[in-house]
Amino acid sequence: MDNNFDALKQQIKEKLAATGNLADLDKIRVEFLGKKGSITALLKNMKNLSNEEKKSFGAEVNKLKGFASQKIDERITEIKKKEIELEIASMPTFDITTPANLDRGSYHPITLVQRQCESIFKSMGFTVEDYPEVVTDYECFESVNIPKHHPARDMQDTYYLENGQLLKSQTSAAQNAILRKYGKKMIEDGVPIKAIFPGRCFRNEATDASHENTFFQMEGVMVDKDISISNLIFFMKTMLSEVFRRDVKVRLRPGFFPFVEPGFELDINCEICGGEGCSSCKHSGWLELCPCGMIHPNVLREGGIDPDEYTGFAFGLGLTRLAMMKYKVKDIRDLNSGSLKALSQFTDDEA
Amino acid sequence: MFLSMNWISDFVDLSGLDKIKLIQRFSLSTAEVENEIFHKGSDLSGVVVAEIKSVEDHPESKKLHLLKVDAGDPELTDVVCGAPNVRVGMKTAFAKVGAKIGEIEIAPRPLAGYMSCGMCCSEAEIGISDDNSGIMDITDDVANGTDIKSVYAIDDIVFEVDNKSLTNRPDLWGHYGIAREFAALAGRELKPIPVEDVAAYDNLQKVDMKIEDPLCQRYACMQVENITRSVSPVDMRIRLYYCGMRGINFLADLTNYLMLEMGQPMHAFDSRKVGKIRIKRFDKPFVFKTLDGVDRNIDENMLMICNDDTPVAIAGIMGGLDSEIVEDTTTLTLESATFDAASIRKSTVRLAHRTDASMRYEKSLDPEMCDTAIARFLYLLKKYDGGVKVVSALTDEYAFRYEKVELKFDKAFVDRYTGIDIDNDTILKTLRSLGFTAEFNGEFFDVTAPSWRATKDISMNADIIEEITRVYGYDNFEVHTTRSPLYPVRMDVVKDNEDKIKDILVKRYNLHEVHSYVWAYYDELKDLGIEVEPNIKLANATNPNIETIRKSMIPTQLCQVKSNIGYAPEFGIFEVGRVVTGIDENNLCVEKKMLAITLYSKTEELYDMYFKLRDILAVIADDLKHKTLSFVKAEPAHGYEHPVNLNTIMLDGKEIGKIGILHPVVGKKLDKKGNVVFAEVDVQAFAEVNNASIVYEEPSKYPPMDYDISIIVPSGVLFSDLQKAWENEGRGILKSARIVDTYNTDTFHSVTIRFVFSSNERTLSSAEVQEIMDAVILNLKDFNISLR
Repeated sequence: MDNNFDALKQQIKEKLAATGNLADLDKIRVEFLGKKGSITALLKNMKNLSNEEKKSFGAEVNKLKGFASQKIDERITEIKKKEIELEIASMPTFDITTPANLDRGSYHPITLVQRQCESIFKSMGFTVEDYPEVVTDYECFESVNIPKHHPARDMQDTYYLENGQLLKSQTSAAQNAILRKYGKKMIEDGVPIKAIFPGRCFRNEATDASHENTFFQMEGVMVDKDISISNLIFFMKTMLSEVFRRDVKVRLRPGFFPFVEPGFELDINCEICGGEGCSSCKHSGWLELCPCGMIHPNVLREGGIDPDEYTGFAFGLGLTRLAMMKYKVKDIRDLNSGSLKALSQFTDDEA
Repeated sequence: MFLSMNWISDFVDLSGLDKIKLIQRFSLSTAEVENEIFHKGSDLSGVVVAEIKSVEDHPESKKLHLLKVDAGDPELTDVVCGAPNVRVGMKTAFAKVGAKIGEIEIAPRPLAGYMSCGMCCSEAEIGISDDNSGIMDITDDVANGTDIKSVYAIDDIVFEVDNKSLTNRPDLWGHYGIAREFAALAGRELKPIPVEDVAAYDNLQKVDMKIEDPLCQRYACMQVENITRSVSPVDMRIRLYYCGMRGINFLADLTNYLMLEMGQPMHAFDSRKVGKIRIKRFDKPFVFKTLDGVDRNIDENMLMICNDDTPVAIAGIMGGLDSEIVEDTTTLTLESATFDAASIRKSTVRLAHRTDASMRYEKSLDPEMCDTAIARFLYLLKKYDGGVKVVSALTDEYAFRYEKVELKFDKAFVDRYTGIDIDNDTILKTLRSLGFTAEFNGEFFDVTAPSWRATKDISMNADIIEEITRVYGYDNFEVHTTRSPLYPVRMDVVKDNEDKIKDILVKRYNLHEVHSYVWAYYDELKDLGIEVEPNIKLANATNPNIETIRKSMIPTQLCQVKSNIGYAPEFGIFEVGRVVTGIDENNLCVEKKMLAITLYSKTEELYDMYFKLRDILAVIADDLKHKTLSFVKAEPAHGYEHPVNLNTIMLDGKEIGKIGILHPVVGKKLDKKGNVVFAEVDVQAFAEVNNASIVYEEPSKYPPMDYDISIIVPSGVLFSDLQKAWENEGRGILKSARIVDTYNTDTFHSVTIRFVFSSNERTLSSAEVQEIMDAVILNLKDFNISLR
C-alpha cells in the first residue's frame, strides 16, 4: 500500500514536470483528484478494512490528496509566472520620442489677445459689451464730442454708407450707449460704470504691411465719483502687464482726442528690443499703443451724466497692434487673410 | 513742423541745460517730437571765410578756374574751382585742407593737372540752403580766415514736432509759443519779444480798410516804403532753411520768418493794387488766379480780401497774382489778420489747397497777436533794412473778440481729477509760467486763460487739469487703483454664447477661426461664379472691388476655403462676423452677427460631411441651450446653394440659420476634387433662445431592454416621419430610438433601429415591450413601411 502511495506521488511529480500549460494541469487534477481519479479510487479499497484501519487509511489518502493539490497549485503559480514573464519579454518598446500629433483647431490671434484683456477686466468687475459695426454719425462722432466739420474727423478716414450711416472708425462709437445703459444704475444705486468693448473698426485707407482698413480695438470706460488720472494709469499698466506677463513700463504723453480731456497717448516700452531701441520702435524704445484720457465733460453730459459729480476714464486699445506685438506678426494683412498656414498656429494661449 | 533750438533760445535762456533731455521732456509734456533730432553743423569743421584774390581760366577746361584765395594764412592758397560765379574780391565759404564736410575730409589733390588745396563751397555743400548754383557769396564784412561757424549760426539743434499733435494748440505754431513751453518746463523766464513801437506812427494817415463780413475777426495793416534790401541776412535764411522753407527774397522771407516765429501768417500787397481794402464774400462763383499762377474756383462761401470790388487774396489761404510785390513796387501794405477758423478750413477743403497759412488759421489763431505781429515785422524790417519808412498809422479793425476764459475751482477738484496731491504753489507756479493769471484766495483758484489759449483750447476746468499735470509730469504720478463699491457683473448672453461656440468648434471639432472683411470682393467671387448680390454700398470706397456690403458670410468663406485648398486635404473654418441683410423703415442697416462654418475635404463623402456639420450644430444647441435642433428643407435663395440638400436650422420653433452643400457649378469652380459643406447661424437669434435646464433622471436599478427592428424605408421618407410611429406609443418606458445600422442596395434602403426600454420601478417583461413594438410596427405599416 505504501508503495502504491509513493508510486502515485512519483507519478504526480512526473506528470506535473512534463506539463507546461494550464489546460493540461486541469486534466491532471481530474486524473488524480476527480471523482474517478486515481487517488479517489484508492478509497474504494476501504470497505474491507477495519474501523481502525479505515481511520488511518483515510488520513493517509487525505494527506496524499493534499500533496497532489499543493503540487498542482504550485505548478499553476509557476506556469502563470512564466507566462507573465514571457508576456513582458515579448512586449515591444513604444517609441515615445516620435513627434506628437498636434492636429487641432485654432483661435484667431485677435480672439486670444481679446480674451486675455477681457479676462483681466472681468476679474476687476468690468462688463464686456457687444456693439454693431454699422453705426450712425451721432454714435461715432457727435455723441463723443466730434461735431460736424471738426478737424478731428480728418484724422480718421471713415467709410460712409449710401444711407448716411458709417462703418465705425473707432470703438468710442459705443461710449454713448454704454454711458446710457449703465448711467441710471450708477446715479440711483451707486454702481460704477465699468465696461470694455472689443470690436472691429474700419478706416478708408490703403493697406500695406502695417496698415489695414479693418482692425480691432478695445474700448474701456470707467465712471464713478472719484475716478482719476492715477487710476487710469493703474488700469492700463495692470492690463498690459497681464497681457505681456511681465512688469510693463508705460508712459503717458499729452494727446489731443476730442472725447477726452485731458487726453493722452499711452506708450509701452518696446516688446521687441526691451526698450533699447530697434527698427520696430523707430529706435525710441517706446511703442504708441493706446489713446486714452479722462472722459470729456461733453461726452459725459451727452450720456446723461453730470460731469460736475462724476469723472471717468476711457481708453481705446489697439487690439490688432497688441496681437501683432505679442505674437510678433510682421504683416498686418496676415490677420484678415484667412490663411490657415498663418492662423492655424494660434491653437490657444491661456487667458 | 521743424523747430530750431537757436530760435527758441532767442526767447528763453536755456544755457547749462541738456537740450536733448529738454526736447524729450517737451515730447512728454507738450507735443510729440519725432525721433530723429538733427544736430545741424555737427558734421562741418574747418570751413572759413576766404577772399578770392585772383581768377585765371584753366587752360584746358571751359568750366574750371584757377584761383588764389586768401584764407587768412600768410600765403595765398591755390584752388581749382568749377563754380560759375567766381570773381576777384568775392568772399566765400572755404573748406581748408583738413576741413570736414559730412563724410568728406578735404585734402590737397590734383585737379585737371593743377594742385587744389581746399574747396570753395556752395551753401548747399555746407548745409545751410539748397542753393548749389555757385559758391556762397558772402557780403558781410568778415575778416578772412574766420571760422564760418563763428560768423553764422550754423550749429543748431533742430527737431520736428508732429503737426497732428498740435491740432488743438494754435499757440504752438511758432517758435515763440514753443519757447514759452520750454520756459515753463525748464523753470526759466520767457523773454518779451522785441517789437517796434507802432503807436509812434499814430499821427500818420490810416489805410482805407473795412471789414464787411463777420468771418473776418480782426484785420490790421500798415504801409511802408523804401525797402532796398533784396537778400535776407544769412542767419535768417539758415533758420528758414532748417525749418523747411526756401529763401525767396527779403520781403517774402520776412513774412515766412514771422509766421515761423509767432505763428501769425502775414501778407504783403503792392499798395498800388490795394488801396481800398474790403474783406467780404461774393454772391457768385468766379475764377481767381493765386500767386502760384493757378486758377482757382472761388465760391460764395469763401472770404476774400478785395481792393474795393476786385479780389486780391483768398483770406487766410493765399494771395493773388495781380497784387503781388513786383520789381518796381515801392509801397507795400502789410496785412496781419485773423479769420473764422471753420470757414478757412471749409474753403481749404473746397479748394483742395492747404497752405502754411491756412494750416495755422484752421487752428483758431489768437486775434490779439495781429498788431504785435505787425510791430514785430516792422522791428525786424528796420533792423535789417535801415532806410525803411513807415507811411501809415497802424490801421486795425477788431471786429470779433473772444470772451475771456475765467475759471474757478478748488483744490479738491484737482485732487479728484488727478488722484494725487499736487500742492497749491505748484499749481499756481505752473499756470503762471504758461501765461495764465492765477490766484488762490484760500478756498478757490481764480484763473484766467491767456488770449493765445482762449480761442478754443481752454474753455473749462478739465482743461486746467491737463496744464497742471503735463508740466507736473505723468512719470511722477503715484499710481493706484480705485475705491469703487463692488457689484456682481453679468456677462452679455450674446458674447457669452459666442465665446462658448468658439470653444466647442476649436476644442472639440478642430476647426480654425478666421477673420474676413465686411464687404463682398467682386473679383474673388467672380472666380467662383458667384454674383455679388445687390446690397447697401460704401459711398466712398476707393476700390470698386469692395464697395458692396455682404449679405451673407458664406461667399466670403468659400473664397477663403479656395485659397486654403493646398493647406491640408481636410479642414474646417469658422468666423463670427457681421452681415447687413437690408435696410429698415428708418433707413438704418439691419446688421446681424453671424456664425459661419465651412468644412472642406478631399477624402470624406459629402454625405458624411453634411452629418458631421449637422452634429456640430446639434452639439452647440445641446451644450448651450439643452435643446434639440430641427431641420426643414429650404428653397435655395442664392446661386451657390444646392437645390436638394439645403435646410433651415430651427431652434425652439425659430429659424436660426441654414445648412447646405454647394451648387455643383460653384462646387466645381471651387475644387473639382474636394467637397464643401457650409452653415450659417444667426448668433443673436441663437443667444435669445432660453437655456433649458438639465433634467436629471435617476439611473434605473433595473436592466434596460433593447429591441432592434430592420425596416425598408421608401425614398422620400425621413426619419422625422418614422418617429411618428412611436412617439405616442412609449408608455413611459421607451427611452430612445436610434439608427444603429443602414444597408443600401440599388433597390432599397434599409435601416436598423434600436429601441431601448427601461423603467425605474420594475424589471420589464418581454410581453409589455413586445406589445409596444407590435403597435409601432403596425403604425409603420400605415406609412407603407415593412420589416425587412
